Amino acid sequence: MIPERFRYHRARSLDEALDLVAQAPGQARILAGGHSLIPLMKLRLAQPQWVIDVEEVAELRGIREEGEVLHIGAMTRYRELMTDPLVARDAPLLALAARRVGDLQVRNRGTVGGALCHADPAADLPAAALASDAELELRSRRGQRRVALGDFLQGPLTTDLKPDEVLVAIHVPRRPGWGVAYQKFPHPASGYAVVGVAAAIAAESGRVARVCLGVTGVGPRAYRAAASEERLVGTGLDPEVLRAASAVVTDGIAVNHDQFASAEYRRHLAATYAERALAAAWAAIQA
Amino acid sequence: MNALIGQPVRRREDARLVVGRGQFTDDVQLPGMVYAVMVRSPHAHARIRGIDASRALGMPGVLAVFTGRDLEGVLGSVPTAWIPPNSDLKQTPHRPLAVDTVRYVGDAVAMVVAEDRYVARDAAEAVVVDYEPLPAVADVMAAVAEGAPLVHADAPGNIALHWKAGEVPDEVFARAEVVVRQRFRQQRLIPNPMEPRAAVAQYDSATGHLTVWMTSQNPHIHRFILAGILGIPEHHLRVVAQDVGGGFGSKISCYPDEALVAHAARVLRRPVKWVEDRSEHFTATTHGRDHVQEVELAGRRDGTIEALRVKAWANLGAYLSTAAPGVPTILFGLIVNGCYRIPQASTEVFGVYTHTTPVDAYRGAGRPEATYLIERMIDLFADAIGMDPVEVRRKNFVPRDQFPYTNPFGITYDSGDYERALQRALERIDYAALRREQAALRAQGRYLGIGFSTYVEMCGLGPSEVAGAVGFQGGLWEHATVRVHPSGKVQVFTGASPHGQGEETTFAQIVAEKLGVPFEDIEVVHGDTDRITMGWGTYGSRSLAVGGSALAVACQRLVEKGQRIAAHRLEAAVEDVVFEAGRYQVRGVPDRSLGFQEVALQAHLAWNLPPGVEPGMEASSAYNPSNFTFPFGTHVAVVEVDPATGAVELKRYVAVDDCGTPINPLIIAGQVHGGIVQGVGQALWEGAVYGEDGQLLTTSFLDYAMPKARFFPPIETEATVTPSPHNPLGVKGVGETGTIAATPAVVNAVIDALKPWNVRHLDMPLTPERVWRAIHGKGAQG
Ligand SMILES: Cc1cc2nc3c(=O)[nH]c(=O)nc-3n(C[C@H](O)[C@H](O)[C@H](O)COP(=O)(O)OP(=O)(O)OC[C@H]3O[C@@H](n4cnc5c(N)ncnc54)[C@H](O)[C@@H]3O)c2cc1C
Repeated sequence: MIPERFRYHRARSLDEALDLVAQAPGQARILAGGHSLIPLMKLRLAQPQWVIDVEEVAELRGIREEGEVLHIGAMTRYRELMTDPLVARDAPLLALAARRVGDLQVRNRGTVGGALCHADPAADLPAAALASDAELELRSRRGQRRVALGDFLQGPLTTDLKPDEVLVAIHVPRRPGWGVAYQKFPHPASGYAVVGVAAAIAAESGRVARVCLGVTGVGPRAYRAAASEERLVGTGLDPEVLRAASAVVTDGIAVNHDQFASAEYRRHLAATYAERALAAAWAAIQA
Repeated sequence: MNALIGQPVRRREDARLVVGRGQFTDDVQLPGMVYAVMVRSPHAHARIRGIDASRALGMPGVLAVFTGRDLEGVLGSVPTAWIPPNSDLKQTPHRPLAVDTVRYVGDAVAMVVAEDRYVARDAAEAVVVDYEPLPAVADVMAAVAEGAPLVHADAPGNIALHWKAGEVPDEVFARAEVVVRQRFRQQRLIPNPMEPRAAVAQYDSATGHLTVWMTSQNPHIHRFILAGILGIPEHHLRVVAQDVGGGFGSKISCYPDEALVAHAARVLRRPVKWVEDRSEHFTATTHGRDHVQEVELAGRRDGTIEALRVKAWANLGAYLSTAAPGVPTILFGLIVNGCYRIPQASTEVFGVYTHTTPVDAYRGAGRPEATYLIERMIDLFADAIGMDPVEVRRKNFVPRDQFPYTNPFGITYDSGDYERALQRALERIDYAALRREQAALRAQGRYLGIGFSTYVEMCGLGPSEVAGAVGFQGGLWEHATVRVHPSGKVQVFTGASPHGQGEETTFAQIVAEKLGVPFEDIEVVHGDTDRITMGWGTYGSRSLAVGGSALAVACQRLVEKGQRIAAHRLEAAVEDVVFEAGRYQVRGVPDRSLGFQEVALQAHLAWNLPPGVEPGMEASSAYNPSNFTFPFGTHVAVVEVDPATGAVELKRYVAVDDCGTPINPLIIAGQVHGGIVQGVGQALWEGAVYGEDGQLLTTSFLDYAMPKARFFPPIETEATVTPSPHNPLGVKGVGETGTIAATPAVVNAVIDALKPWNVRHLDMPLTPERVWRAIHGKGAQG
């Protein structure tokens, strides 16, 4: 429980942070909330030589409207997602997922950027951010790029983040009036999602106009359940449709199995939770 | 002075603990202190071909690396302290550091000592051990199978012990109207007290004295055993356990680590600290439970139980831990009949070596394993004969007028009123209404389950004669000294060694009431072999029943001495002086009295004492109880099962406990709550899992599910009071009742909820997947 020797640097600006990661590519790690990085270091599963704390980097903070999207700084804490009025209005699904993360300390420390860059396959926020069509704004000394979250997440603890890049913010389309729900089956030990399903539905004259279903805990990375979504568009979400669409929520996914849940059971749980999340999201529109 | 016994006095130790001013072992800081880290085996079973410590030794700040070879002939073997008679116990050597062979993941092979923790940790990684992996066996039944790899060459078939009590002939079962048979698995648990183990040792080369601060439930036992391992005279060794952050049995045991640290301090002439980290705790500190039990019950259709036969295989791990052989035998096998009058009963136990972390006492130690099987069997029997499980319990209870009751194994229960506790619980939950609600909800596709556990347990471990008879290599009496200073302030020295139980409060309450001295004037001192004459420690819910009784006796001695002094000073006959609320009063003469503290001052001044009375005001007692105590009660769990996922929700929990005369209801409630939480933990979440290769698969809180506050509804507690006739306080002990009672209550509730699917039994923990598979007829997880 003692990390390898490392050097700690507190960056005062985004430029400074970018310089530091560029100087030691692959050897430096950004420290956000630290609730994933520090445990990994203590177990010596991560052994960065440089730890760059971005606590004071103003460019990574703040939630604001930018036309059709909401800009959410990478250093936004779960707690802020849960309480921010803009998020509540335009992207409430993120707040619902944040609410289900860990415990109070974790929600007070953990950040949007940390959650997405860490890419734990059982983390909550990725499911909700996927179902919110989040796009990532990444910066490096080389420039800036945008990437869809679905492309960014690659596998367990693996992303498309380049060694010299910093995640600055995420951009989510503003979707007031959508029905949203996040349903999670927490692991009794870790509290992470054995299965977590985030559903967002837009309705038009009683029918599903658009639906986004993000799933976590089930596969090597959080994913969008396209097969389920396809079956729902244009329907009135009656029970048979709902069941049939939920039943294919794990189609094409190499389903995880562990001590707690076999693949068979997890597949069943995913279908059950997809059904519950979709029904709840639908009910939220009706309400 | 108000009566204090029975009052919900707040725990006085909390003031320092909650602000972080406790003095735990890791808080001990000594000049020149250095740090030890153990190098542990990653293999369950391997031959050590060689150890290369050269790189570690070359690292700046590294002082020494010790290996098993270095310690041969220097340190003794770590012994077990329980040798049950007629058990053919195979005691195999347990060297503090493995010499040729490692026998479990976590077995220590080397100790690195360095100037700071960080260097020590890095150096430990630099020690290269050349292992030749060998076949391993982790599962208790696999270990007794033909051809299983042997853990110790001198324990054939991996049988560490074979023990039997009672005999029930086959005819009893052949002739019975109803026979119920079930195989149960008591899964392995990992204690996980909040504070892992730790030790700091300091050697005084001038006097040869060695002081060891350590996480101990029983410092005097540790001193006794450590003196043997270290080869140091017992009076030159001091063991101190100041604040200890929980133990749950795991800090009874004597481990190699503390002896190694002490040895290093002696050799290096520097104070040495070792603190187990949480990952290390998972494999290096003893585990609990881990039985397979085959149980048969014979009874009549009218609900009468006629006989019980138990055969159990207990996994003891790779070495015999301190109390390990006694836990699945004496503390389990002699009480499997529970609170029921079962005319014939027998227990047969095989203690089995495996390539796993040693197993020893874990909160309840043996009694949860016994209570679980009998309480489950009652429900299975009730189901078989179509009777309400409450009725079956009632019908077989030892009736109130049959105490003292001697059970089929010769154990004599002190006192009890099982019916009353059950009745109280039934009223509290409104049983009839609850059953109606269950039926109504079932019709709506919701599945409520109601489970009972009407337990009795055997605790207050003592007397010493019994300890001897059952092979415990120690005494089970307790020592107390009450020292009244000239100013009337009181110090109490107890051999009990609280580590979370609140005795600094309860013991002060007892003394305050017995002596009529203000509570604030009393300090309770514990956990230091140099300050306390003798002690056998805190486990088996014995501190109050035995240690508290020692205190009551010592107080009584002081009161009597004071009475003679007071009578002399008041010029009255001793018989004419009464002691009430802290004052000696001449009967019928209200203005002629002396307070206890004034008398204490006179005793110290000794200007004018009655003839034959020695100066001073101090008394001791070495209290040897006449029997165990037998707390009992009824616990009821109400659960709801989600058939779609198998998830179990604990909706309500009612506990009616009878622990004799209550000293402090607040502390009792705390003990009951904590115990229940751990008991429910076993039922629903906890379980150490080993792979077939002997690798522990649950190695952190990410996969070993500790109970969390949010998993629980408010726990409802009530009490009945049936004093124990076996001690002067009438107390019974309450440290383990919750753990003992809760597990079967919850499992019975879940199985009750699963009635519509005809599920007879599921092994613990009742994870959602297990329950879901049972509901959907899917068989075990493949
Ligand atoms: C007890 C506990 C319980 C938890 N329970 C849950 C749970 O139930 N559900 C859940 O989803 N999570 C849970 N978590 C994880 C928690 O959500 C983490 O905090 C989160 O996943 C990571 O966020 P962080 O801000 O702490 O990131 P850090 O730990 O600081 O960083 C994580 C990774 O992301 C990188 N990183 C962070 N920010 C940036 C950036 N701006 N640019 C580039 N790289 C970056 C870091 O370098 C590191 O590799 C739990 C954690 C703990 C300790």
